[in-house]
Amino acid sequence: MAALDQTQVKEGVDQETVDAVREVGTYKYGWETDIEMEYAPKGVNPDIVRLISEKNEEPEWMTEWRLAAFERWTQMDEPNWAMVSYPKIDFQDQYYYARPKSMEEKPKSLDEVDPKLLATYEKLGIPLKEQMILAGVEGAEDAPAEGRKVAVDAVFDSVSVGTTFQEELKKAGVIFCSISEAIKEHPELVKKYLGSVVPVSDNFYATLNSAVFSDGSFVYIPPGVRCPMELSTYFRINAENTGQFERTLIIADKGSYVSYLEGCTAPQRDTAQLHAAVVEIIIEEDAEVKYSTVQNWFPGDENGKGGIYNFVTKRADCRGDRSKVMWTQVETGSAVTWKYPSCILRGEESQGEFYSIAIANNYQQADTGTKMVHLGKNTKSRIVSKGISAGKAQNTYRGLVSMHPKAKNSRNYTQCDSLLIGDKCGAHTVPYIEVKNNSSRVEHEATTSKVDDDQLFYCRQRGMDEEEAVALVVNGFCKDVLQALPMEFAMEAQQLVAISLEGSVG
Amino acid sequence: MALPEVKQTATEARLANLVMPDAGCTRAAREDALARVLEMGLPGRRDEYWKYTRPDTLVAPEAPRAALFDPDEAMLFADLDRLKIVFVDGVFSPEESDDLTLEGVTIDRIEDICFKDIHWAKELYGVLEARGQSPVQRPLAALNTAFAADGIAIHVSGKPSKPISFIYRHASETSDAMLHHIIRVESGAEVTILENGPAASRFNKCMEIDIADGGVLHHVRAQGRDHERRAATHMFTRLGQESVYKSFTLTVNGVLTRNEQVVELTGDDAVAHVAGACVGDGDFHHDDTVFITHDAVNCESRQVFKKVLRNGATGVFQGKILVKEGAQKTDGYQISQSLLLDDDSQFLAKPELEIYADDVACSHGSTSGAIDETALFYLRSRGIPTKEATNMLTLAFLAEAVDEIEDDALSKAIVDRLEGWLSRHS
Repeated sequence: MAALDQTQVKEGVDQETVDAVREVGTYKYGWETDIEMEYAPKGVNPDIVRLISEKNEEPEWMTEWRLAAFERWTQMDEPNWAMVSYPKIDFQDQYYYARPKSMEEKPKSLDEVDPKLLATYEKLGIPLKEQMILAGVEGAEDAPAEGRKVAVDAVFDSVSVGTTFQEELKKAGVIFCSISEAIKEHPELVKKYLGSVVPVSDNFYATLNSAVFSDGSFVYIPPGVRCPMELSTYFRINAENTGQFERTLIIADKGSYVSYLEGCTAPQRDTAQLHAAVVEIIIEEDAEVKYSTVQNWFPGDENGKGGIYNFVTKRADCRGDRSKVMWTQVETGSAVTWKYPSCILRGEESQGEFYSIAIANNYQQADTGTKMVHLGKNTKSRIVSKGISAGKAQNTYRGLVSMHPKAKNSRNYTQCDSLLIGDKCGAHTVPYIEVKNNSSRVEHEATTSKVDDDQLFYCRQRGMDEEEAVALVVNGFCKDVLQALPMEFAMEAQQLVAISLEGSVG
Repeated sequence: MALPEVKQTATEARLANLVMPDAGCTRAAREDALARVLEMGLPGRRDEYWKYTRPDTLVAPEAPRAALFDPDEAMLFADLDRLKIVFVDGVFSPEESDDLTLEGVTIDRIEDICFKDIHWAKELYGVLEARGQSPVQRPLAALNTAFAADGIAIHVSGKPSKPISFIYRHASETSDAMLHHIIRVESGAEVTILENGPAASRFNKCMEIDIADGGVLHHVRAQGRDHERRAATHMFTRLGQESVYKSFTLTVNGVLTRNEQVVELTGDDAVAHVAGACVGDGDFHHDDTVFITHDAVNCESRQVFKKVLRNGATGVFQGKILVKEGAQKTDGYQISQSLLLDDDSQFLAKPELEIYADDVACSHGSTSGAIDETALFYLRSRGIPTKEATNMLTLAFLAEAVDEIEDDALSKAIVDRLEGWLSRHS
């Protein structure tokens, strides 16, 4: 975490506290699993694309789809409009496919999975046993027994290691598996929906992803089904110089409901690593999807060395009337974040919500926000974004609210608040507002301020140290978003908020 | 980097029929500006800064024809005691202008001072425009610096007894005018600058304002009348310590207006207020682009922009507050609101904050919507006819921007003008 050297420590703070903070403030998930890996050769070209497709035992149409995407990608330029700067990425100096050797023969059940892999997830607090709660989430054991089941799809570098609770979900009619499996088992669904929300040539990173995505999760909730448990995907990057390109496709058929959680971590390394994911969500009539992310990729060290470059395209298409989507994200990791989960509100009376906390410390750079595209009548959207910058970090909210001429009587409310801790960081707001009919109301509000001295003083007076006080005030600042998170995540997120800021005061 | 071909061609075509005036001491500044134009290229449709406004007609080699409009209404500020400086299609008219002597100020034509080697003018002409080219490019302003054939230099050393009023008359349907004014307000001096009139079929105006420590400048401008006119204006203002800059712009009519305000607060405790009210009916595109840079401690900036749009009119607002590292105790406020009177009109906004200092209070708000039905009902239930009630509510909506004008006589003139427009257009 932050450079907590002696010069920065204020008088009266004893060494013990400093050490304790240093201890807690380090990235908890920075270790790596020593496991034999199998790599595709470095670089990306049609042969690699074919190889990935082959490794996943994909049908011909899928290979063609990927190759077409690759062709488009070679004609595209890397976007440069975001307020982030990083050394030029050499896309040929990356591994695009890496899988543990033990995964060569796809294990038939979780019992057959390499114990080393299972131990990795155990250590991350995501045991791949069909147990009732996620371990390592403090306080979760006190929660009521119902609704604590979480089915997990675990993705390790380029492959899905296993998916839990598949049987139980099957009984409800829910399909929850890795996307590579879905391509084989449910080609009709994949063919129909893949690329229908994020087209192949949507943007530079999405196109690259379309060509080389190796795995990810697939969810289909049939009409009228309320998914009996929360679904979760846990992404782990382990191998060095390897990019992770996962693809998630979620389809909520008429009148269904699902809550989906996503988590991610990576080892601590000196060199930056690439992560370019695509998430597509299709929501039919009366259906509802809740998508929550706690993004905790390795953020780089306190000198800005290493970390994950996170370029993510996430989009939900509310196709049916009265459909609803809710994005909630807690972004604490990654050296560079470029991510705009968006909602296309096509169905009448459809609703999109976006709740975000983005924390950037040290040399992290986050450029994140959302797009709310109102196409249908009586559509509603709400954006609550809380950006926190500390150290030498840059944090940008970038968003679009667009009311099309036909989106009569629609409504948007946007609230973006930025909090600055320290005088070397930056907080920026770049909203685009486009209103093309007069029966819609759009409201945008943004504020930027520093941690309130009075509040800090009050907490300090009651015996809290400065770090604790800041964490409390910041948690208060983020409250609107934290409340929108599912219980397991909310607690983790709260702790993350505190940890991410450690060392930023002084 | 080489320019994209389309841009290169458009830029060359525009430059082909322009001649740099014989400009004495401004020569170097003009040549530098031309170099900037060649490097940047003129704005094109794909430029992010022109996302919501198409620059084609502003860049085209020939000015599109604009019919003259002769209303029976008297020109704005007509009954106000002021010093008149009149331009006809962008050319200074000594006959129509007042005598340019006034206590506390020195007023000259740019072409006259060019050969007098006046120190302050040399240090200002093109200088603030050049500073304003970063971080966002404003090629039309550089074009103006290079080629503006006329303009006025005002040196304010005291507190002149009356406002200085620029009147821009439009006489030819194909006029293409470029004016470049420079104003230097010395320490402790105070002046009010007025501007009005349609100016030309196409008008490119650049004004550079340098306000020294403790100086005050009030600016009230009205753009309007001729429906078919086009205008791109730039105001570059630099503020010293404890200085004050307050600007208000009223825009009615005009197929295309792009007003850029570039304000730099370089001295501590300076205050800058930039406000605008615009009312548009039909074929009307109005763009307010504001960029305020805080580079000193304890400064205040305020942006208030209100737009009333009907019958397919488009309103654009791009506003930015940039707080540089070390510009602590900054108080930055920005509000942009539109009132859409029907379903065909649109409002496009990009209100930005970019902040590198922590002890600041910056906020911005932007709203868009129709007239409040409840308020309308309330007024109607008290016997006020719909049309009148709508006008009342519209005026009330615009009031926050008009209130930024400190002088009562000036703000009354603006309100009268707005009332007149509403009664004609509802």
